[in-house]
Amino acid sequence: MVTTEKPKYKVVGTRPIRPDGVEKVNGRAEYGADVSLPGLLPGAVLRSPHAHARILSIDTSKAEAMAGVRAVVTSADFPPREGDGPQARDNVLAHDKVLYVGHAVAAVAAVDLHTAEDAVELIEVQYEVLPHVMDVRDAMLDGAPILDATLRTGEPDGSKGDSATNVAQHIHYEKGDLAAGFAEADIVIEREYETTMAHQGYIEPQNGTALWGPDDQIRIWTSTQGLFAVRDTVAGMLGLPVKSVKVEPVEIGGGFGGKIPTYLPPVAALLSRKSGKPVKLTMSRKEVLEATGPTSGTYMRVKMGAKKDGTLTAMEAWLAFEAGGYPGSPVGAATMCVFAPYACANQVIDGYDVLVNKPQTAAYRAPGAPASEYAAECLIDEIAEALDRDPLELRLQNSVKEGDSRADGFTYGPVGHVECLQEAQESPHYQSELSGENRGRGVASGFWFNIGFETSMAAQIQSDGTVPLVMGAVDIGGSRASAAMQFAETLGIASEDIKPHIVDTDSVGFTFLTGGSRTAFANGWAAYECAMDMRRQMEERAATIWDCDRESVRYDDDGVIRGPAAAAGAPQEFTFKELAAELPNTGGGIVGRADVSKTTHGPAFATHIVDVEVDAETGKVEVLRYTAIQDVGTAIHPSYVEGQMQGGAAQGIGMALNEEYIWDDKGRMVNSSLLDYRMPTALDLPMLDTIIVEVPNPGHPYGVRGVGEVPIIPPAPALHAAIYNAIGERMRTLPMSPRRILERTLPDDE
Amino acid sequence: MQDLRYAKVSTVDDAVAALQAGGSTARVLAGGTDVIVQARARTRAIDMLIDIKGIDEVLQVAFDADGGLTIGAAAPCYRIYGDADVREHYPALIDCSTLIGGTGVQGRASLGGNLCNSSPSGDSIPAMIVLEGRAEIAGPNGRRTVPVEDFCTGPGRNVLEPGELLVSIHFPAPAPNSGAAFLRFIPRNEMDIAVVNAATQLRFDGDTVSWARVSLGATAPTPLFVTAAGEALVGAALSDETIAAAAAASKAAASPIDDMRGSIKQRKHLSAVYTQRTIAIAAERARG
Ligand SMILES: Cc1cc2nc3c(=O)[nH]c(=O)nc-3n(C[C@H](O)[C@H](O)[C@H](O)COP(=O)(O)OP(=O)(O)OC[C@H]3O[C@@H](n4cnc5c(N)ncnc54)[C@H](O)[C@@H]3O)c2cc1C
Repeated sequence: MVTTEKPKYKVVGTRPIRPDGVEKVNGRAEYGADVSLPGLLPGAVLRSPHAHARILSIDTSKAEAMAGVRAVVTSADFPPREGDGPQARDNVLAHDKVLYVGHAVAAVAAVDLHTAEDAVELIEVQYEVLPHVMDVRDAMLDGAPILDATLRTGEPDGSKGDSATNVAQHIHYEKGDLAAGFAEADIVIEREYETTMAHQGYIEPQNGTALWGPDDQIRIWTSTQGLFAVRDTVAGMLGLPVKSVKVEPVEIGGGFGGKIPTYLPPVAALLSRKSGKPVKLTMSRKEVLEATGPTSGTYMRVKMGAKKDGTLTAMEAWLAFEAGGYPGSPVGAATMCVFAPYACANQVIDGYDVLVNKPQTAAYRAPGAPASEYAAECLIDEIAEALDRDPLELRLQNSVKEGDSRADGFTYGPVGHVECLQEAQESPHYQSELSGENRGRGVASGFWFNIGFETSMAAQIQSDGTVPLVMGAVDIGGSRASAAMQFAETLGIASEDIKPHIVDTDSVGFTFLTGGSRTAFANGWAAYECAMDMRRQMEERAATIWDCDRESVRYDDDGVIRGPAAAAGAPQEFTFKELAAELPNTGGGIVGRADVSKTTHGPAFATHIVDVEVDAETGKVEVLRYTAIQDVGTAIHPSYVEGQMQGGAAQGIGMALNEEYIWDDKGRMVNSSLLDYRMPTALDLPMLDTIIVEVPNPGHPYGVRGVGEVPIIPPAPALHAAIYNAIGERMRTLPMSPRRILERTLPDDE
Repeated sequence: MQDLRYAKVSTVDDAVAALQAGGSTARVLAGGTDVIVQARARTRAIDMLIDIKGIDEVLQVAFDADGGLTIGAAAPCYRIYGDADVREHYPALIDCSTLIGGTGVQGRASLGGNLCNSSPSGDSIPAMIVLEGRAEIAGPNGRRTVPVEDFCTGPGRNVLEPGELLVSIHFPAPAPNSGAAFLRFIPRNEMDIAVVNAATQLRFDGDTVSWARVSLGATAPTPLFVTAAGEALVGAALSDETIAAAAAASKAAASPIDDMRGSIKQRKHLSAVYTQRTIAIAAERARG
């Protein structure tokens, strides 16, 4: 099904106005913090000032006695614990220990926010402060402070370690013969790389509103990437059946993986039960940075061997990722991604998930890959330099193609890395000359899996031929538009006639998270099958009307339903709208439905090119020109695809140049504001040019692969190479901030 | 957020009276771009805001060719950079008033607020120092003036006594053949706090620098008036040597801290770089 000639689509590939655009532009769209209900109480959360401490006691009596306070809760308000070890709810309200500064300890609901904040200060917590550990290397040493005495390392063979440790998981992959690969090599280079914890930086802070009714039915409004995940988490933490919880959709102001975990809704629910009122909790930016899940800081060692002719003969990686207070760093994905773009026969990869006294990490756009692939891509650039080869050429020579497999065993179908590299070579950007002092160009590639999973959709036909399309996947990146377009394409009608709606968890079938670059892919499958279901039902109805054999009626891709007489040349056809108008009188409405769970998602590759100028006197890097090239399978709505490519590149540039968590010696984050957590602004980026490559995914009706994540991966290694080419320094720690560059280049005595 | 009381006054005397009545937890509200943020984040104990934006005197932007420029303490940045006289005669004030915050913040933020907030990195303060600004202060005992370089006494601290407020800042008319400039270093290109900032004003007599003032910010507990840097320039034509000497004087005067915004080594080095860069622009402007 791979074709180089593009199928002729009528809707797919066009750029209609997004269905949710007007509401968002005029400010009417309702986000989590906009929720307003009769009797709503605001609340505030007490957070740990310590990076690691045992909670000896919590006295809430003064807060409870304060005028205006309606409820105070702690972890004691959860149902009784089962088992010894930490549980997910311990990150929502700490149980016996606090594991990072900002860890939630208690919460208050009151008549107004000032009162709630004042009451929080009256809660008395006695802590036994424990030694804390912030760096993965320190945390892995014998004698390091232990965060969880019950933790034993999960080994690659499935066994458990036998002593207390901060290493939750050791992952190991290998293929070929590593020693033989290095023996074969003409050059071998080994380097160390470090990245710092970085936040997704979505605009909208976390929020959660809950109303616990007297019938034990709970309604939740929250900005989340997964309505069903919130439902299941809240029900699980509160020990209630799933039927007790309904999660209502609200708009989401960005997530990038950070709005997968649930923080506030269970706490708001406990406060609502105690107060008998709806309760709304919202985070400040400081709470967002200190107490939600950023991506891991890492320490990595990578080693590669290559022959003079450019063949990569051996690749080895050792990756240690910060998990935060509980297991769960993205090191698993990092190990699978690290060498994913290259078909090297001999590989060994080890990864470690390491507890440290930092916020519990969460997914962040291609979780794990921006770090591990950064390390690998920087080293590829060094290998290219050592062999005096063009860095794109060397990548082309070693690139994976259909049939190649990774160390973790996965074998690729048709993939577009080669095509991205070729597009990069031929791009106006790469063809252009770059001259001038302290200027340099860099390139790098990236790989990301993309995922599939469950999606449900339903649609009905209104008598005017418009179609409300009901779905359960939160719209972060334009998925209402892409679902409506794929649905319209399948029915042969206009996307403007589709009215996509995201509905609550009682009103649509189970739908997995909006994440993993899955939504356009999985929504597309569901939209296709839902539309095909409608086509079948419309054929049946037309057969009834024409009183003919059902098999003799055809719903054609142009949206026209043709009967047997039409085949013989007589006029016997309905347009979609004509048949829609007939439905009420010929048996009633038609409802299409689909529940899909697909594993035929297609991997994504990208190659980026960047030009920089470094101010040698200040160490500041100016991005002069940027081009992102990416295999997207099929671009359903090219503007949103370009937007994803640009957004990913912007975040990658941010992590590469300035964003970092900075800690004091007590384990407190000292830059928890957007003033000092330096994400790029519009003035920090040039136009980010895009080149869309389309190698259709044969596992999707419209060839969709998934777009959102891979573009965050190449920026850091591309910038590493560009900075090196500008000033001759290889910066192997992120971010490559002015301070780090200046301190590297200044003489010691200055 | 704290529960706050709010009062709007229309005369300087009423402001002084309200400040005295309010005590140590009462604050002047100018643009509010510092004080409201501090109240929200509960980093300062504040229970009353006294809004001075109803007082004409603190909102003025008034220039005359002999007397110079008077900027009311609460005049927002956009009015300063929108003023034709300021544009023509005080480009260093344009440099700083156009880069504090962004367009939104500039609609409110004032030079008086910047000075009274007394942050070591306040972006308008070095320019006001090299322009020989004098702060006019009103209080229970009447009025007094203080040179801007003597106004700040430590991070967040200044010479204002209980019950006093800043009314305006006055700048002499620029001398012929003079020029001034302000620059800051931030890792991004907007919305950031200066790692180091600097300003220079130069006056020429022919090719000779006849008079010079250099100021640095974010390199000490208060913005610095670096007299040694100015002296290194005076009495000779500008040359690589005199500029290097001025830069070295700035670097020597800087006694920065290591924090999340910058290191000691970085700030010392940038003190020299930004001294040089502001000298170059100031000289260009002087030559007109
Ligand atoms: C998003 C953002 C970006 C910013 N960017 C910058 C920047 O780039 N550079 C920079 O230097 N600053 C920046 N700031 C800080 C702030 O905007 C400036 O310091 C501004 O000049 C303060 O002026 P204001 O009128 O808003 O002061 P206010 O907040 O009203 O007052 C500041 C302080 O001074 C006191 N005060 C004000 N006026 C008087 C008076 N007449 N007499 C006595 N006391 C008085 C107040 O009580 C308060 O303590 C930024 C702030 C924000 C929110």
